[in-house]
Amino acid sequence: MAEHIGNSANNNGSNGLRLKIGLAEMLKGGVIMDVINAEQAEIAEKAGAVAVMALERVPAQIRAEGGVARMASPKIIKEIMHTVSIPVMAKCRIGHFAEAQVLQELGVDFIDESEVLTPADELHHVDKHAFKTPFVCGARDLGEALRRIAEGAAMIRTKGEAGTGDVVHAVKHMRQIVKDMRALTVLGEEELYAAAKEHRAPYELVRMVARTGKLPVPNFSAGGIATPADAALMRQLGAEAVFVGSGIFMSDSCTLAAPKEAEARARAIVRATTFYNDVKVLAETSEECLGAMKGLAVSALEPEALLQTRGW
Amino acid sequence: MQNSLTIGVLALQGDYDAHAQALADVGATPKLVRAPQELTNAQGLILPGGESTTFLKFLEREGLLDSLREYVATHPTFGTCAGCILLAKEVLQPAQASLGVLDATVERNAYGRQVDSSIQIGETSLPGGPLEMVYIRAPRIQKTGKDVEILAERDGFPVLVRQKHLLAATFHPELSADRRVHRYFVQMVEEFAASRFGSSSRQKTTDQP
Repeated sequence: MAEHIGNSANNNGSNGLRLKIGLAEMLKGGVIMDVINAEQAEIAEKAGAVAVMALERVPAQIRAEGGVARMASPKIIKEIMHTVSIPVMAKCRIGHFAEAQVLQELGVDFIDESEVLTPADELHHVDKHAFKTPFVCGARDLGEALRRIAEGAAMIRTKGEAGTGDVVHAVKHMRQIVKDMRALTVLGEEELYAAAKEHRAPYELVRMVARTGKLPVPNFSAGGIATPADAALMRQLGAEAVFVGSGIFMSDSCTLAAPKEAEARARAIVRATTFYNDVKVLAETSEECLGAMKGLAVSALEPEALLQTRGW
Repeated sequence: MQNSLTIGVLALQGDYDAHAQALADVGATPKLVRAPQELTNAQGLILPGGESTTFLKFLEREGLLDSLREYVATHPTFGTCAGCILLAKEVLQPAQASLGVLDATVERNAYGRQVDSSIQIGETSLPGGPLEMVYIRAPRIQKTGKDVEILAERDGFPVLVRQKHLLAATFHPELSADRRVHRYFVQMVEEFAASRFGSSSRQKTTDQP
């Protein structure tokens, strides 16, 4: 199935894409946690994270401190890679293919071309077919997801509103993507051309979604997930795994949570992500979870403060 | 195959859906397993690919470790990648706990990181010629005991092995279109059910989910 979305012009062919999607498949049902040092990475691994995202600052800190947010220092990334045996991801700026080249050279297992960092290109995203390392990209609706897949993304995640601890836009994006996909499945063959135009996405990918009712790559959720119940909510809405950024290691935008607290939260969210359909376990995990980050209500943010509008 | 066998797929995390699909493709009924009591009706079990450290945390915390140890000691079980690591008696890089039933030493991430993942075509003693093998951050079986039969190798190291009722692969047959490995495992489960209950009673062991 996966080979159909391989771009034959790229330098690693459809088998390359199958391997990228293959790793995404292995992460399903799990939690990917943002970490800023080896110590946090260890806590994440011990809690049962399936992967960690190596960063210099988590989104809540980036939001609070401002300035230009760039790829993390290779030193931090290497330290984290040496500390844990689970896959390590790292972020590059939208369109910054040189940062992506560096990350690939370091050997990170997944690259997140992320709106959380300051975009490097206002027009173009990275040509992800040109890389051997798989990419994950954010999307707010089906069209955006398919545009990223056309560029070679092997995993899609909702954009949510990173660093807020407010799940409202992760929900909005997931519902939108699921609704868009469902709508395609009832269209006639002849209606798919106009649907492709409407979604501003390649016709072949639109037709593929119309036939299968799902994305041709795994569909994860990110942005504002802060509690076990948030993780379960996203899973029940159709997310195949979740990213938790600031929600585990921060108690508010500038203060780190105590390690004990972070560990309890991490474990509780991991458990809730697997047993998302079991209310008894959800009640237990919600109780086990010590506190949650204070957070920012997305509705109180000025439009220019939103990270999710970066990229197209 | 009229009497569909119910085969469990450990569904804590990983590519359990791909395995469930593969089982359905070869005529078995997959059943996702997340709690000890869900093992009761399963005539065989698949431990999928995923992160073996994550699996272990769940097994320890959810009280699954003992029931799973008991189950795999006596029931047909197939582990792929992380599942193969879980079955092995000894795990390296780093050393970690396991179910300890497959007489083998397995080294985690032995071929490197994701950029070193690969798809290979390899010889196998399964009928039907060479087999596609998808390796993703794959482990390597460093050595095996005398009861372990080697069904395929890569560069002189076993990649598909069988020890009585246990089957293990360091690659991901569930990610290939070729269903021979899953068919082989379902056959193992069938033979096991037949030898245990006698073929006449097999119909009764079929469970509707």
